[in-house]
Amino acid sequence: MSKKFLKTILFLSATMATLVGCSGSEESASEDNGSIYYLNFKPEVAEVWNNIAEKYTEETGIPVKVITAASGEYESTLKSEMAKKDAPTLFHINGPMGYKSWKDYCIDLQNVDFYDALTDKSLAIVGEDGGVYGLPLAIEGYGIIYNEAILDKYFALSNAKIKSIEEVNNFNALKTLAEDMQANKDALGIEGAFASTSLLPGEDWRWQTHLLNIPIYAEFKDKGVDDLDVIDFSYSQNFKDIFDLYINNSTTKPTLLSSKGVMDSMAEFALGQAAMVQNGNWAWGQIADIGGNVIKEEDVKFLPIYIGLDNEEEYGLPIGNENYLAVNSQASELDQQATIDFVNWLLSSEIGKSEMVNTLGNISPYSTFADDEKPNDPLAKSMLEYMENGKTSITWVFPMFPSQNFKDAVGASLMEYAQGSKTWNDVEATVKDMWASQKALTK
Amino acid sequence: MEKYLKKQFAIFALPTLIAFSVAFGIPFIMGLYLSFCEFTTVSNATFVGLENYMKVFSEANFIQAFWFTVKVVIVSVITVNIFAFLLALLLTQKLKGTNLFRTVFFMPNLIGGIILGYIWQSIINGILVNFEVTMLMDSSYGFWGLIMVVNWQYIGYIMIIYIAGLQNVSSSVLEAADIDGATGAQKVFLIKVPLIMTSITIALFLTIANSFKMFDQNLALTNGGPGNSTSMLALDIYNTFYGTIGFEGVGQAKATIFFIVVAAIAVFQVFLTRRKEVEN
Repeated sequence: MSKKFLKTILFLSATMATLVGCSGSEESASEDNGSIYYLNFKPEVAEVWNNIAEKYTEETGIPVKVITAASGEYESTLKSEMAKKDAPTLFHINGPMGYKSWKDYCIDLQNVDFYDALTDKSLAIVGEDGGVYGLPLAIEGYGIIYNEAILDKYFALSNAKIKSIEEVNNFNALKTLAEDMQANKDALGIEGAFASTSLLPGEDWRWQTHLLNIPIYAEFKDKGVDDLDVIDFSYSQNFKDIFDLYINNSTTKPTLLSSKGVMDSMAEFALGQAAMVQNGNWAWGQIADIGGNVIKEEDVKFLPIYIGLDNEEEYGLPIGNENYLAVNSQASELDQQATIDFVNWLLSSEIGKSEMVNTLGNISPYSTFADDEKPNDPLAKSMLEYMENGKTSITWVFPMFPSQNFKDAVGASLMEYAQGSKTWNDVEATVKDMWASQKALTK
Repeated sequence: MEKYLKKQFAIFALPTLIAFSVAFGIPFIMGLYLSFCEFTTVSNATFVGLENYMKVFSEANFIQAFWFTVKVVIVSVITVNIFAFLLALLLTQKLKGTNLFRTVFFMPNLIGGIILGYIWQSIINGILVNFEVTMLMDSSYGFWGLIMVVNWQYIGYIMIIYIAGLQNVSSSVLEAADIDGATGAQKVFLIKVPLIMTSITIALFLTIANSFKMFDQNLALTNGGPGNSTSMLALDIYNTFYGTIGFEGVGQAKATIFFIVVAAIAVFQVFLTRRKEVEN
């Protein structure tokens, strides 16, 4: 009897040990000062964040845990992490639509120091009750990145139709430039004017989000609104013009674009096979990191994306922010305070600011940063130039796009248009119908 | 003896039972409950009743994904089983190197579906580039691509099941058939097939269930493109859950319906083939 009893006990304890083993390895975060768990959005800077976390822990003794979501998996990672007991205390919400989905998890940041330091209060996400629930970490901009060396080579051609970059300040000039460069690609030693328009599903955000931002921005501006339940897509023709220009004057045949990813096009640009590529200031790291790249730092610059709007030469780059910092309201007050302190440190201490500016390359919209504390990479510099020389920045309206499904559907129809299996009317219908139906679903 | 076993039941079954309920039972019941809720994270849900289920059919995607899945299941179950059975027949003959071939055919099954999907995507696009198109040109490309990958991956596994069955067919029965003058085809269809009916039940069950639940190959190969025309049910559920704000519950409701359909079909299939099984 006693032997059997012993056996049972042994067995049970073994089982329990395995089960406990599964849930083990939990850090003893029960220190008096709370702890911080940041769910990072950008895989390309995962290492940098780990270093920052280490430095902060060294300085203050408060543990900082950084987990990075895989590319394109932020929402799903956040959803599963948030359901855990040890949920992220600091996370990103994707604009006003993201706030809608996470509003139960955001604390009001109105009284924190870094909200005071925010230079443009309109950059914050304000809830229906007037509270501040999301704050930008950095402002970003995108446009057509060009390789000045190749463009100068083109301007020097005897038969060049455009003679200097200053002439390119509207869609028609951009079109002439791209088409003429494409025609002279052998003389220029390139494979196409534009790098591949990556249309692989999941790799098409530069078009279904960033490029589409411009016609939607123009429509919002005409109507004097910042969101619509139903859109007319009145700038559909302009969107078609720029998209056609991209796909017809590129390194890759339009029918093959659905096999290309973002890295393919960045590589083509870095290797000098293409003269222009649409992307944002965050892309500098990717360009610089590509092995065998032939591009010189001083040759990389931005050109605004011209699509044929009125007074287009007045416009600069689309500048904005999509991923807002939010602090988890379900975390303990201790952890919330620790998290706020951490962000304050990041945005105001010397070490924190230096990491933000020099390592992360962020342009921070906070007054704690002095004028000379700006990132030094060529794209950030070019972007700041456009902001400072009086050009009107285009607002990022895409955080108001109804859902990921909307963006994916638009991307898919652009892909089918490029392959010739759909007409532009279909694309236009997809944009309008999906907008209306997805907006209605998320009401 | 039986009494002894009953006493020991707890000791032997408990670990498995605990693991089963932790890893399967509890999540399943939670999932069922969540399909009646509106939620952002699973630990914070509000009950909304049948609302999610009503929304499921308001989307055309679900129905389309359902029919696409049915097509994939029918074609892949037939092709996988026929090829696997033929290979098994071949590799139970007295040939040189059968063991090597068995291993080689089984190997694709050891590679994860997501990697397989990406590898095949490059291979297929690499061939299609000669015709200046990609696999996302038309939904039929994605369909046949999927069939190809599934065949390549599962044939080896199912083949092993058939080989095990065929090796159990007693040689005396086959010798008797030889003496009676049975032809090769007669031996296969009248003796081997009925005698390996148990293997067929398992093989059909596995292929049907796996093809219905297929996710990673689908995601890696076409990600549902062009449009949503090659989304299978699992991928559609995933996209519903994560793609539209506030639709987590609807995704969960779809998953519940999906479970009921697959379970019903699988049980029905096992019931049908079980009736044909004979004692060896």
